[in-house]
Parts: sequence; structure tokens; C-alpha cells
Amino acid sequence: MAVVETRDLTKVFKEGGLGAVNSVNLETREGEFLVFLGPSGSGKTTLLRMIAGLEAPTSGDILIGGRVVNDLSPRERRIAMVFQSYALYPHLSVYRNIAFPLQAQKVKKELHKEKVEWAAALLGIGALLERKPRELSGGERQRVALARAIVREPAVFLLDEPLSNLDAKLRASAREELERFHRRVGTTTIYVTHDQVEAMAMGDRVLVLNKGVVHQLGTPAEVYDNPADTFVATFLGSPPMNLAELAELIVGFRPEHLRPSSSVTGDAVSFRLKVENIEYLGAEWIVSGTVVGGRLGGKKVFSRLTSAQDLALEGTYDFAVPQRQLKFFDRSTEKRIEPRAVSLQ
Amino acid sequence: MLAPAVLYILLLVAGPFLLAIFYAFSDARIGNTQLHFVGLENFRSILQSPSFRIAVRNSFIFTIGSQIVVIIASSILAIALEQPFRGRGMLRFLMLLPWVAPIALGAIGWKWILDSIYSVISWVLVALHLYKPFGAPMWLGEPHLAIASVLLVHSWRLIPFSTVILLAGRTAIPKDIPEAAAVDGAGFWRTEFLILLPMMMPIISVAVLFGIIFTFTDMTVVYILTAGGPFDSTQVLPSLAFTLGIQGSDLAAGAAISLTLVPLLVIIAYLMLRVAHRAEVT
Repeated sequence: MAVVETRDLTKVFKEGGLGAVNSVNLETREGEFLVFLGPSGSGKTTLLRMIAGLEAPTSGDILIGGRVVNDLSPRERRIAMVFQSYALYPHLSVYRNIAFPLQAQKVKKELHKEKVEWAAALLGIGALLERKPRELSGGERQRVALARAIVREPAVFLLDEPLSNLDAKLRASAREELERFHRRVGTTTIYVTHDQVEAMAMGDRVLVLNKGVVHQLGTPAEVYDNPADTFVATFLGSPPMNLAELAELIVGFRPEHLRPSSSVTGDAVSFRLKVENIEYLGAEWIVSGTVVGGRLGGKKVFSRLTSAQDLALEGTYDFAVPQRQLKFFDRSTEKRIEPRAVSLQ
Repeated sequence: MLAPAVLYILLLVAGPFLLAIFYAFSDARIGNTQLHFVGLENFRSILQSPSFRIAVRNSFIFTIGSQIVVIIASSILAIALEQPFRGRGMLRFLMLLPWVAPIALGAIGWKWILDSIYSVISWVLVALHLYKPFGAPMWLGEPHLAIASVLLVHSWRLIPFSTVILLAGRTAIPKDIPEAAAVDGAGFWRTEFLILLPMMMPIISVAVLFGIIFTFTDMTVVYILTAGGPFDSTQVLPSLAFTLGIQGSDLAAGAAISLTLVPLLVIIAYLMLRVAHRAEVT
């Protein structure tokens, strides 16, 4: 039985307007870390808020633990949510913030102390219990929000971009902490983010959304290596997948698969590339250029290399992509189709 | 650039204030050009006067009582007017009318509503057969009812102002907070009383402090509704000062009564500055 399931879940904010979420069907697996990934306005937060009970669906059903919960209030759904802003209660101490859900759900008062201390210890904030939220750093606030979520031992965790308020350095360590936290408590978690790195790093599965429509649901590897359509192909990866239109087809290949011909072995398609820009990023180089001649002539493409020291600006070089790394999409539907042989010459 | 402000304060605040202190220790009377220093005689005399004691008591009853009514009523109104609904803008505008209308106009309106013969309230009560014709209570003619009437008119006048302040305060609380409380399992009352009310405390204290000043220093409502009567039972300090000092020609007594307002107003001014300062810091 799926912990969270949605059936044709739809949300329309303005009558007759476009749906913020359109007919979403999904099923979480027990204990998994599911990421909703999409650009802003993709409906990922609306979807999460409907699961939480903060937003009423226009149509469709939400099931938690096999029970339709459409008409249940958030408190009856046995969920916990961490907000983007953390939404800590500013006038309450950390202890009382964490104890609030217990108090609200009328857990016996004798158990509060033990449970709060357990949650605080789990997140390493045992020393902060007497502080007020304003006396905490961003990372500490996030942990308090997580402790407040875990203390009631919910069936599902809902996390709404919990890392977006942290600075870049803290974000990496907080991400790792979150992963460890999830492995330890093993509660089914739904995590909303617009950051593909977070999605790839943390997700057991990733749900890619755009304009309220599910584009793909799969493991990070599936979503990255076998994108369902051109949106997924270009949304994931930085720089995104190179796409080129060829008659009825769109051909795509990842920048890391476009390399100088000399380093490509086996079946490959090759073409000449005029290098127009070279960026050194430390561990890698991003080279961009324009294809010279052939069916892709004039197309701008990106290549990601471990070394680009042999390349010079404005030089023209032979580049190639292994045949099996080419992805094909139907030009009208933009959906991925079976690989086929093409010539780029 | 400071000069106009200094001039204004000297002329219109410091001048009359010093004059009041001066009169309070003298035997100044309207129409008498002679002045003698009489020490604390005026204060001794007003402290012994029953009217003064009633006025002090009433000032506190009206101020504290109306603030309680105002905060409860405006909290309810702020909650009701926060949610979007059709006609909300219109209702918010109508709500504000008692506040923007001159006090005198509102008070005259209430004087009619509470009139001993033409009272619309009495008419309704009679029509409902709760009272015999002409048997309805004299709203302004019986001491206890008169006190209650003045208190409620004060509240009526301050509710819009307080509602607007509280609405602003509620809107300033991030929506995440009540939503987090809902997810945490809190119902309406718990969210209101344990989360939102404490977060609103600074803004509520602003509304209360303003309300105290408006009520404590106001004499218009009492003056128009009851003129302090019956038998001085609704007299407040400002109206008593006016009655004795201006209408009764005893400037010295009026000044002395006015000065008794000063200590309380100083305390409130101090509290207001502290609240404002705290609001700036956080």
C-alpha cells in the first residue's frame, strides 16, 4: 500500500484558467525519498500543499495510507511539513516549538520532555532548547524545523525547498545531513525543489514537473540518461542537453558525450566544431562552439571536457558523439522515441 | 529647519502647559484681573470634592472598560475581515466611518439613539413587547445606564481604528506560521491564542495605548451625551475641568484638575516610546 497516492489530482486557481496542477497520478513507495523537481510555477509546491491539506484539490483524489483524505484537515492526515521559511514560532523557545505538535495533538504531557529530547538529539540541537528562533543561525533553524516535524512520528514528511534559504556552503552540508537523517528515520519523504543538483543527489526517484504536468517519474539515472521528453532533457544537466532539429526528429546529446574525435572510440557520429568560448571551471572545462558544415551546420553546442588545454579559441576541430549516446525525440510531440541511425554529415 | 517645530511646541504645547501650572497654584478666575499665589489650596480643594473622585473613577472605568470591549471586538472583526470575500472592500470602508467622522457628529447621533423619548433602541424594545410604551429604561438618565452608554459609545468610536491596526498586524504575519500550526495539528483556537495572539502583542499594545490616550483625554462624548450628568455620575476629568474651569469661571480649579492627568499620560507616553523602540529593533 502506497503511503501517498494521488489520482488525477488537479488544481485550478482561476475558474476557466490553466491548471496549476493537471491530472497528476503518483504513488510513493514505502520509505522512499521522492523529489518534485520543476522550475518556479511548475505546480510542485501546489501539489505538495494539496497533499498536506493546505490547498483543496479542484478534482481528483489524495490517498494517504490507502485512505482518501481529500476532506481531512492537515491535522488528521498524520503528515509533517517543513516550510521554505521554516515557519518557526518566533515567540516560543526551541523546546516549545518542538513540543507544539505534541501539545496540539494532545499527547500526554509526561511524554513531551522525552520526545522533544529524542528529536533534538537526533538533529544535534540538544543544547539550543532554551533559545528563541531569532537567536539561531539558518542551519540551526532548519534543524529545529525538522525536529518539530519528526517529533510526532508522522507517516509522511513533506519538505518544501528547505535548503533554499541557506547559503551555498551551508547548503551542501545541510543536504548531506538531510540524507543521513532520512536514512536514519526511514520515513517516506516528499521533497520539493527547483535545484536539479539537490534532486539528483537526494532523490530515490524524481518527479519532473512543468506547468502543472508530470513530464517524467523515475530514478535520477533514468531521468538524466533517458529523459522522457525535451523538457526533461534540457531541464536537467548544466549545461543542458544539446538538441538539434533534423527533419521529423530532434537529436540530443549531453555535453559530456561531445568530445574531440580522437578520444571517442567505437560507433560515433562526428562533425567539425568551431570553438567560440572556453570556460575553465576547475575540475572541468565547458567549451561552446558552432558546428561547421553538415546537417547540423550553424548549430550552437556545448561540450564538457576534463581538459581543453589542446583547444584554442576560434580554432576548428573534429568532435564526435558515441552513437549510443544519441537521444531521439519526435519533433511534434517532443517525446523520446527509439534510437535510429542518422547521418549528421 | 528645526525652528518651526520648536516654535510650534513652545507656542502651542509648552505655553498652555506652563500657564496651566501657573493657574493651578493661583486663584485665577474668569473676569478677575487680580491673581494671588495660593500654594496647594486648589489641589486640596479638588481632592476633597466628591465630583472629582467620581471623575477619576469614571475616567478609569471608561478608559479600561472601553479598551477591553475594543480589543475583543476589533480582534473578532480583524479575523473576519482578513479572509477575502465579496464586498470586503466596501465593508472595510463602512467600518472606518465611525473613526473618520468628527466625534461630535457621532456623539450627537448616539444622543438621539439613546434619547429618553425618541430612542430607537427603546422603540424596538417596546415593539418587541419587552417594555411597556414609555416604560423603556432612560439610557442617559440613570447613572449606571449612562455610564454603560458612554463606555459603549467610546468603544464604538475606537473599534474601527483598532481593527485597522490589528488587520495590519495580522497581514504582517507570514502565512506560513498559521499553516505550520495547522499541519502541527492546532485548531482555530489554539492557533489564535497560542500562536497569533502572542505574535500580535506589540501591535495590540500600540492599539491599546492609542485607545487609552483617545479615551482618557476625550471630553466630547461625555459632554454631548450627558454633560456629565445625571448628578455628575458620568463626569470625567477633562469634562470636569471644562465644567468648573470654563463654564464655572474657576480657572484655577480647572487647571488643577487638568494637571492631575499629567502623571498618567507621562507613563503612557513612556510606554509608547518603548513599544515604538522595540518595534524598530526587531
